[in-house]
Amino acid sequence: MGNIQVKVVARPASFEQDMYFSAVVKGLGVTMRHFFENLFQGKSIVTVQYPEEIQPYPKRNRGLHHLTKREDGSVRCVACMCCPTACPAHCITIVAEETGNPDEKRPLIFEIDELRCVVCGLCVEACPCDAIRMDTGTHAAPVERRADAVLGKLDLMQLTKTVSAAHQGGLGGEWREQQPPIRTDHPQSPQGTPGATATSEGMHQVTHAQAVAAAGGHSSHH
Amino acid sequence: MAILVIIIPIVAFLVLGAVATVLFGWLLPTLAAQVSWLSWVGSSWFLALIKSVFVILGLVMPLAGVLTWMERRQSAMMQDRLGPNRAYVEVMGHQVRAFGLMHFVADAMKMLFKEDFIPAKANRFLFSLAPILAISPVFIVFGIVPWGSGVCPGALTNTIATEQLRQCIGGPTVPAAGIPFQVVNLEVGLLFYFAIASLAVYGTTLAGWASYNKWSLLGGLRASSQMMSYEVTMGLSILGAFLVYGTLEPMQIVLAQGNNPLHWGIVTQPLGFILFFTAAIAETKRTPFDIPEGEPEVIGYFVEYSGLRFGMFFLAEFIEIVFISAIITTVFLGGWQLPGLEASGFGRLELPHGVVVTLQFATFAFKVFFLCWLQLMIRWTLPRMRPDQLMGFGWKKLLPASLINVLVTAFVVLMLFGGK
Repeated sequence: MGNIQVKVVARPASFEQDMYFSAVVKGLGVTMRHFFENLFQGKSIVTVQYPEEIQPYPKRNRGLHHLTKREDGSVRCVACMCCPTACPAHCITIVAEETGNPDEKRPLIFEIDELRCVVCGLCVEACPCDAIRMDTGTHAAPVERRADAVLGKLDLMQLTKTVSAAHQGGLGGEWREQQPPIRTDHPQSPQGTPGATATSEGMHQVTHAQAVAAAGGHSSHH
Repeated sequence: MAILVIIIPIVAFLVLGAVATVLFGWLLPTLAAQVSWLSWVGSSWFLALIKSVFVILGLVMPLAGVLTWMERRQSAMMQDRLGPNRAYVEVMGHQVRAFGLMHFVADAMKMLFKEDFIPAKANRFLFSLAPILAISPVFIVFGIVPWGSGVCPGALTNTIATEQLRQCIGGPTVPAAGIPFQVVNLEVGLLFYFAIASLAVYGTTLAGWASYNKWSLLGGLRASSQMMSYEVTMGLSILGAFLVYGTLEPMQIVLAQGNNPLHWGIVTQPLGFILFFTAAIAETKRTPFDIPEGEPEVIGYFVEYSGLRFGMFFLAEFIEIVFISAIITTVFLGGWQLPGLEASGFGRLELPHGVVVTLQFATFAFKVFFLCWLQLMIRWTLPRMRPDQLMGFGWKKLLPASLINVLVTAFVVLMLFGGK
């Protein structure tokens, strides 16, 4: 057993400090000033009443995912599997299907488990066709059952508020020849070659029906 | 809006005072006199029972419940926050939030429905007994507090003289002609308070020991050492007030102070007031004297308690705040005396007896309310003391100061009144 070395620190002790009383009154003065100012004027309250008052998120905030659409409203995703590969949390599930266009696939099932998601944004970085984004400005809502936190393709497409300005891919082997000149007008105006537009219009009917069937079985009713 | 925090309590206390006045001044005496098989209604034991039920359920418990909410809202306001304000009840399809007052109802519901857990190796009997021992002394000692002057039955609408009111209140040797607003009139008065209130230490110490947990045992030991040390100061600091008033009986202390604030205990015994207030806060085991439950060190003697058993410790703390405020009001702030209010009214403005009694009850309740507010203010202003600082403060500062206070008071009283 060694000796315990105690170092006595000399603290300035005045009579006033020893009596505590004046210090207590001073402290009460500070707290009472805050109390009355806040009670009668609400002067320096910093509380934000969340659901009623929402403070804007910063511009580059990563919120809930959404799947962007093509000009005709069908899903932009081509089921290339880049995002589930990049995802460190393995929260993205994609099952691809044929579109009838030999150059493109599309997702039959596209699910994101928002409880698993670590909000890293790597899926957005990985996506080659700007199909997945995290700029909804909202965050995952609390759920009572885990299954409710899994968002399906239609859920993710409904969250879309912005239209992608990127060029639509899937032009086939002759894409260099078919690619329209880089546009400078408003990004929401219709783009693409006549042939491609026709194809996607024809696709739209099929896509919608299948998407409803797929999403209905996977995301809405658990 | 914010002025409501003062208006609502005053209105509530006036309503409560009016209820007490009508109940004791008209309803019960009339029932006893008019209905033959209800004559026992006017007997002293039944009146004492109704009085204690009235003061506990009407004033103390609601005030203690509101204090749990007040503590959270008030501390929030002091720290530039808003505090809990979202609990609501639905009335006719509207969400009534009432500034978050529903939070204490929600808290009570939560405690009622939580599991009541007893550790495997705990002493089950003492574990169950401890919360009861902690909370019951606080209720018992309310018996001696005068929460109003008293009513002369049948004279509620008349203007009565001070002597008549004194006769209605009675005294230690004179039986009361009316109904005094005090459950028991004990000649030993505040000695009874010290005797019963010091039993509360058994609750905390037993809770600490019976839980079979090192932290709760440490908390219990800290609580017992602290409460015993500060009781010495408490008793000695109030001695000066006894010397000044010449009585131990709370109702007589209030009568001795009169309705002139310059004769109240806070003016005649300023040092005694500060010392007693400090020691009393230490008795409630709250910050800055909350070492028995210092959260970062030992969580406290009630670590192992859950559900309503914990709720009893929690509530006992708040009832103690109300009780300490009531005692300080009685001894140092003139009790139910409103400045300038005689039994006949304010000087030339004559008021009926019933109105005067109602005003006096509201005065007492508001003084208690104000002191509760002040205690919460102190609790959220000062940091916790270290155990050695606490003991040093109690024995080396408060105790000598209270001794000096007693000596000086005794000397002055002897010089002025010649020991009569």
